[in-house]
Amino acid sequence: MPSSAVIRRVIKPALFVACALPLLSLVFAAFGIGGASLGANPVERIQDTFGQWGLRFLCITLAVTPVRDWFNMPWLVQLRRMLGLYAFFYVLMHFLTWLILDQGFYWSGILKDIGERPFITIGFSALVLLVPLAVTSTNKMMRRLGRRWKKLHRLIYLICLLAVWHYYWQVKSDVTEPLIYLAIVLVLLGWRAWKARPKPAATAVMEES
Amino acid sequence: ADLKVQRNAKYSLSDAPNSYEDITTYNNFYEFGLDKSDPAENSSRFKPAPWTVAVTGEAEHTGKFALEDLLKGHAIEERVYRLRCVEAWSMVIPWAGVPLADVLKRFKPTSKAKYVAFKTVLRPEEMPGQRSRSLDWPYVEGLRIDEAMHPLSLLAVGLYGKTLPNQNGAPLRLVTPWKYGFKGIKSIVEIRFTEKEPPTTWNISAPHEYGFYANVNPNVDHPRWSQARERKIGAGVFGSRVPTLMFNGYEQEVASLYKGMDLKKYY
Repeated sequence: MPSSAVIRRVIKPALFVACALPLLSLVFAAFGIGGASLGANPVERIQDTFGQWGLRFLCITLAVTPVRDWFNMPWLVQLRRMLGLYAFFYVLMHFLTWLILDQGFYWSGILKDIGERPFITIGFSALVLLVPLAVTSTNKMMRRLGRRWKKLHRLIYLICLLAVWHYYWQVKSDVTEPLIYLAIVLVLLGWRAWKARPKPAATAVMEES
Repeated sequence: ADLKVQRNAKYSLSDAPNSYEDITTYNNFYEFGLDKSDPAENSSRFKPAPWTVAVTGEAEHTGKFALEDLLKGHAIEERVYRLRCVEAWSMVIPWAGVPLADVLKRFKPTSKAKYVAFKTVLRPEEMPGQRSRSLDWPYVEGLRIDEAMHPLSLLAVGLYGKTLPNQNGAPLRLVTPWKYGFKGIKSIVEIRFTEKEPPTTWNISAPHEYGFYANVNPNVDHPRWSQARERKIGAGVFGSRVPTLMFNGYEQEVASLYKGMDLKKYY
């Protein structure tokens, strides 16, 4: 296990930079650095990139606990907050790109879309549910909420399912990719359910003794 | 290769066309993959020549025709048309082609020919997208005969005065500018005159989302997104959406085709 100094001074800064790479790739493309470009439909490219990485970071965040257990890496949990906040960041940027660049603050259309288009309603719900998790991600809030903090943050299970559903409904014909994400999320959630399964009575007595 | 084309001013917009780059790198052509960049990247192995088109069904002259014979005697016109994708983005494209009606009339369709069906070539070895079952291959489309005979309907063989690049539907594709782009079937190998409404690929794939007519209509939304406004390709990051026009701006020319029809029902 890496020492806490290594985690703090090396792993966390490196992870911070790595997680920012999708954002940097967009910035490079926007300014044509290294011949990169946002293509014929830059707004779509920006929105899709943010959305895709939002979903990926949700899955990565959800994977922290199982991976920790499978590979016996307890220190991984120390990285979870940063991963979760990056998930929130990319999802928020995905939403803001839609609101500002795609819709151009065309409020009547925006409200109609959120209310009447199921895939947008679902995506928007996922974003709204992420807000309390981001707000309560500080050490202070963790202490203040105590046991309720863990309960609240189980919302991530629902959020991940909503995010996959949002993606699934947005696809025009080939749903292979959304189904791959669904499989990943179901494995990560299913493993949690299996771990929390009720134990046979005899073992339970043994464990209590 | 360069084509000899004459601009048809009557049927051309005065709007500035999109760049050749945008028109040839941002395509929906699922036979070459699902991403917009896939057709340009995955179509280099496709061989658009030699090319044969089968003309079948309710017409006096049917048979197989080499593309050159199909086009023989027709002057190639340039027409600058709007293209409105069902995904709510649009382009302006300088097509080169011949009026579909002029070609169809040569086969003398009979009184039973109420519709015209089109089919795309099936070549999974050259079209990697056809190796996955994202759609029911080969792609098929169709028009009512009066739509097919409308002067706006174009059989395109080029754009920007050059032969069609593979990613844009080489060597022969349909262009019906008042309809959503997916009606514009690409790489056509069969034209069939039929009495009954022919099946169409996107309608088979999702009938409640894509109808036979697929006329551009800002008042009838796609079940999952609004069709009221569109993003103009080339407008840049801060170019906001613009209102979509009825029949994509060709209302004067085509509205009479649909007189008395409920366009919410026949979407």
